[in-house]
Amino acid sequence: MQLVFEKRKAVSRRAIVLVPILSFIVSLILTGFLLLAFKANPFRTYMAMFIGAFGSWSNFTETLVKATPLMLTGLGVTIAFKLRFWNIGAEGQLVFGGVAAAWVALFWSPFLPAWSLLPMVMLVGMMAGAVWAGIPALLKTRLNVDETLVTLMMNYIAILFAEGLYYGAWRDPEGYGFPGTKLFPEAAWLPRFSGRAHVGLFIAIGIGLLLWVAMNRTKWGFELNMIGKNKKAARCLGVNVKRNILVALLISGALSGLAGVSEVTAISHRLQQGLTMGYGYTAIIVAWLSQLNPIAGLFVAILMAGLLVGGDQVQMMMGLPAAMGLVLQGMILFPMLAGSLFTEYRIKRIDPRNSRAAESNEELSV
Amino acid sequence: MKKALTVLLVFMLAFSLFAGGQQEGAAEGTDGGDEPFKVAFVYIGIPGDLGWTYEHDRGRKYMVEQLGDAVETTYIENVPEGPDAARIMRQYAQQGYDMIFATSFGYMDPMLEVAQEFPDVYFEHCSGYKTADNMSTYFGRMYQPRYLAGLVAGNATESNVIGYVAAFPIPEVIRGINGFTLGVQEVNPDATVKVVWTNTWYDPVKEREAAVALLDSGADVIAQHQDTTEPQKAAEERGKVSIGYDSDMGQFVGDTVLTSPIWNFGPYYTRVVREAMNGEWETHQFWGGIDTDIVKLAEMSPLVPQPVRDLVDAEREKIVSGEWDVFWGPLKNRKGEVVVAKGEKMTDQEMLNMNFFVEGVEGTLDD
Repeated sequence: MQLVFEKRKAVSRRAIVLVPILSFIVSLILTGFLLLAFKANPFRTYMAMFIGAFGSWSNFTETLVKATPLMLTGLGVTIAFKLRFWNIGAEGQLVFGGVAAAWVALFWSPFLPAWSLLPMVMLVGMMAGAVWAGIPALLKTRLNVDETLVTLMMNYIAILFAEGLYYGAWRDPEGYGFPGTKLFPEAAWLPRFSGRAHVGLFIAIGIGLLLWVAMNRTKWGFELNMIGKNKKAARCLGVNVKRNILVALLISGALSGLAGVSEVTAISHRLQQGLTMGYGYTAIIVAWLSQLNPIAGLFVAILMAGLLVGGDQVQMMMGLPAAMGLVLQGMILFPMLAGSLFTEYRIKRIDPRNSRAAESNEELSV
Repeated sequence: MKKALTVLLVFMLAFSLFAGGQQEGAAEGTDGGDEPFKVAFVYIGIPGDLGWTYEHDRGRKYMVEQLGDAVETTYIENVPEGPDAARIMRQYAQQGYDMIFATSFGYMDPMLEVAQEFPDVYFEHCSGYKTADNMSTYFGRMYQPRYLAGLVAGNATESNVIGYVAAFPIPEVIRGINGFTLGVQEVNPDATVKVVWTNTWYDPVKEREAAVALLDSGADVIAQHQDTTEPQKAAEERGKVSIGYDSDMGQFVGDTVLTSPIWNFGPYYTRVVREAMNGEWETHQFWGGIDTDIVKLAEMSPLVPQPVRDLVDAEREKIVSGEWDVFWGPLKNRKGEVVVAKGEKMTDQEMLNMNFFVEGVEGTLDD
């Protein structure tokens, strides 16, 4: 007897809704035992996390602050993953977008009318993110260089490049030597609408909706889907695979770049430490949990942000060590990711004598 | 579909029930007696680092001991520097904390932002320079005990190379390196201080690696400006001596730690919390020297010979009495240019902006 993962022929709608909810409940139960081991009341802990993230409007605005970059990077990653292009460089693209935004905000302002500064900051920031994602796309399509490694390595380059700037050439001369650039001129600030929540949120939601339409209702989206499912078949049908990969990655990088722009122009108003909070990596989880659906991605981003914001409450309200917050986040996510696997696959026992029948199905060996 | 909805609803109902239960419990707890003055601390590391955060937490406990039931304190650990810290501070302010201490320089701008939103909450920021009506700064002249530790290190080195594991190239750290090196050169003009930057306050692995690299390149005394005891442990394992920092690291590592320039926040915390409770608190920029006891030199290890102890005592006395201080002229940078002329004193403003190395320091710096 043998166990195999068998791809489900059709994924039922009920499963799509039920599995994440059941996985979430399983997560809470499993995590509950861990909390009991630490002598913490699981219900109180979850409640503290929930209230911390969603319990009041001002708490919720903080969740939205975190959700905004997660939405943008999550959408960026989604486009790339749709093509099975493993862009794990959203973090670097975000940072590079932030650096370019700082460059425009700090050094172009004397030459531009005030009204045009913010649009220019956003445009150049998105272009920078696009360039940072375009390089691995070019390397992949021209030289067949593995994109996973290139995008990962380019994260470190972007992060160190940014550090070099705010510790060195761009350091605020009046900042008592503290690392960080001068404050941007106010014309380059992305407006906030409540607390620290800013209009980047609406931009992100708008892009999410647009992307859903583009991916599901246009020829471009159809081509992306086809390339993701089977490159060879797409090529045979006359789809320009290389060009599609390049264009998709430029968009992917531009979205992450925009996340960086909104972080520096709406939150910190300068380039400094704390730009890399790991949004670009969490974006990968957002993309997976949303099953590469842009609209689902928007909601997942808010949930993930809630988990991050609520995680602090584990310390602040419950007095548990900081590491516990991270453990909880991991333990809550793990069954959900596992659950999403079971929506698409099922475990099947097969009898070696009948293995022929199994071979005819698409398989994933364990 | 319907089933899914039912599950979801039941789930939410369960959640809201527990919410009600919890609030009730909280209300009972605060009945009876005066509300204590609530104080929150935001830490960059963990109290178990045995260094920087350990000392702040010791200060917090000391303050609680002094003020008793009148105060209630809490802390949050491992908070990253940068804009995200604002969320943490805002949440404390919203939860009714009366006073918030933030203990790393990267919390400065976020704290200012939150301080402006909550004018009724007292804010205290360690090591920064920005203040508001309800936000003050506090720090200590650590370069003074560092100079004294330099006297000990300069005497102890045989290879004439002293390794210095340093966090970030910012004025606070540079001041410490310069003060220490001036002490080293005072007793041993041939010795140099080799600096390695880690670009982190708290990273035990990196701190240890940097110390090992320095030992490999010939250093036989390891000094440091980090948050943990790892550089000291690395030196001890190689049979070399070290100078600790933050806390009396000899307690944790052993006699190979010759001495440590240390923090003593307890009395300061007690004083400002009491002032805030009595409504006497005013915006201040506290930068206390060795005379105020916020910075000290720890007990020396038995390995330090008596003549060195006598020298340290004598130099300490000069600083405490105001007869002399570490950055009084004549003072040259490592390029040989005169930075402070003979008979002149470096101002606080100049010290807070310090961005050069004195003679005897080897390391990278945009100076």
